[in-house]
Amino acid sequence: MKKDDPKSMETKCPIYKSWRELPLVPISRGMKGSIGETGDWRTYRPGIDEKECNRCGICYVYCPDGVIQFKEGSAPEIDYKYCKGCGICKVKCPKKAIEMIRERE
Amino acid sequence: MSKIKKSEMDKEQTIIMSGNYASAWGAKCSRVKAISAYPITPQTTVVEKLADFVDGGELDARYVKVESEHSVMASLVGSSMTGARSFTATSGQGLLYMTEMLHWVSSSRLPIVTTIASRGIAPPWNIWAEYTDILSIRDCGWIIQFASTHQEIFDSVLMSYKIAENQGVMLPYFIVYGGFTQSHTSKPVRIPPQKEIDAFLPPPPEKGWSHLNLDPENPVTFGNLLMPQQEYLDFRFLIHDSMVKSKKIIQKTIKEFKKSFKRDYSGLAENYKCNDADVVLISYGALAEQSKIAVDELRKEGKKVGLFKLRYIRPFPNEELVKLFNSDVKVIGIADQGTAFGNPTGGPISTEVMSLLRQSNRKIKVLPYVWGLGGRDVTVDEQIRVFHQLIQLKNKNEYPTDDTFQHGTVWMGLKTGA
Repeated sequence: MKKDDPKSMETKCPIYKSWRELPLVPISRGMKGSIGETGDWRTYRPGIDEKECNRCGICYVYCPDGVIQFKEGSAPEIDYKYCKGCGICKVKCPKKAIEMIRERE
Repeated sequence: MSKIKKSEMDKEQTIIMSGNYASAWGAKCSRVKAISAYPITPQTTVVEKLADFVDGGELDARYVKVESEHSVMASLVGSSMTGARSFTATSGQGLLYMTEMLHWVSSSRLPIVTTIASRGIAPPWNIWAEYTDILSIRDCGWIIQFASTHQEIFDSVLMSYKIAENQGVMLPYFIVYGGFTQSHTSKPVRIPPQKEIDAFLPPPPEKGWSHLNLDPENPVTFGNLLMPQQEYLDFRFLIHDSMVKSKKIIQKTIKEFKKSFKRDYSGLAENYKCNDADVVLISYGALAEQSKIAVDELRKEGKKVGLFKLRYIRPFPNEELVKLFNSDVKVIGIADQGTAFGNPTGGPISTEVMSLLRQSNRKIKVLPYVWGLGGRDVTVDEQIRVFHQLIQLKNKNEYPTDDTFQHGTVWMGLKTGA
């Protein structure tokens, strides 16, 4: 699957030097990582066993953060920069091909 | 398009109406586009009248009935985010139930206007005039204005949208008046020709507010998480900054209103015969309006007394008060029609007024009062007695000696067994 253009989707949080420059309210536009690299929050990392995976794409459908890329016919890819490690993909995988692995300190 | 009669467009009418109807008429004449409502005594007839207006086609607005006051304000957050002029009214417990969403509105900088028919807080149940409802949410970023006459309720709604929607303000706005004493009594109210109201208060920008706008074509998220090192603090400061700076817009709007409709609302506070007074009573709401009679009576006897009526408490009229402190005044009484349990005086506004005293070098004696709780009558005679207590303090340096004087404050009407 063609990845989103990283230049347009990476964090573009404006930097304000003074309160005088601020708009009245904070606004987030649809962009990747507007709250930072949320992969830092993860305690367990989902690992896909590509041999067991049957390419059904159910993990991609259920991922609440949209960090699983999936193209029919190939194994899904997880973006670990933003995956928070919730484990929903592991629960939903019909082939039990996803394992949650403890992150090291 | 609303069916406004040709005569209403071109001619001024004078209608005898309740304070609640004056609020509903204010919303109608401001051509509000979204109303969300949940009935509560003594506010109910405001939203009933508005339902009438919408049902009869006199007001072109969406009227949403919801299951609670919390939902009332939540739904107005949605309507106001689309740029629709949004209105509701509530009272007492209903206002308290709304509290979380009140912060959501002010921090989203949405110019929603809400009128409050103030009442006592339960338990024990009480539905009569007292301002503890609004006073207990005074710090949530809404402008708070008291309206002490029926005409002022109507006029204030027109002015409130002009102030709240000003780009330099963009804050929500409460107009507050007493339950029953104002909400359910009737007086003549002058309704200017709609044509003139439209000229004074044009509709909000069609594209929505410039700082945020719900637009499905351009999806954005509001109110997201900000980390401690990010601008959370700065956005908080901006609200306070706009609140303080709104004083100029308020004064400008009052002047414009006077020019358009020939009625003068003086400013953030009203100075009634204070200029040469050595004894001044500071108060707010309809009871303050009534105190003018007490002042007039005492002036006939040659007593140099005055009334300083707070029209706004958010923003707080600092400059006006400091000017008062720097006049000839020697003794100030501050009467609260509401409570702040355990604060320095027991009354929220007396404490705030006293906090400004240090901005003046003059030595002024202060006597705080709590009066009119739960709709208890405060008569003109009782207000005259208050002035006599203040004069006693000035002449003989004597604080009240009876049992109503507790913890440095006079709790007027406290049962003392006497």
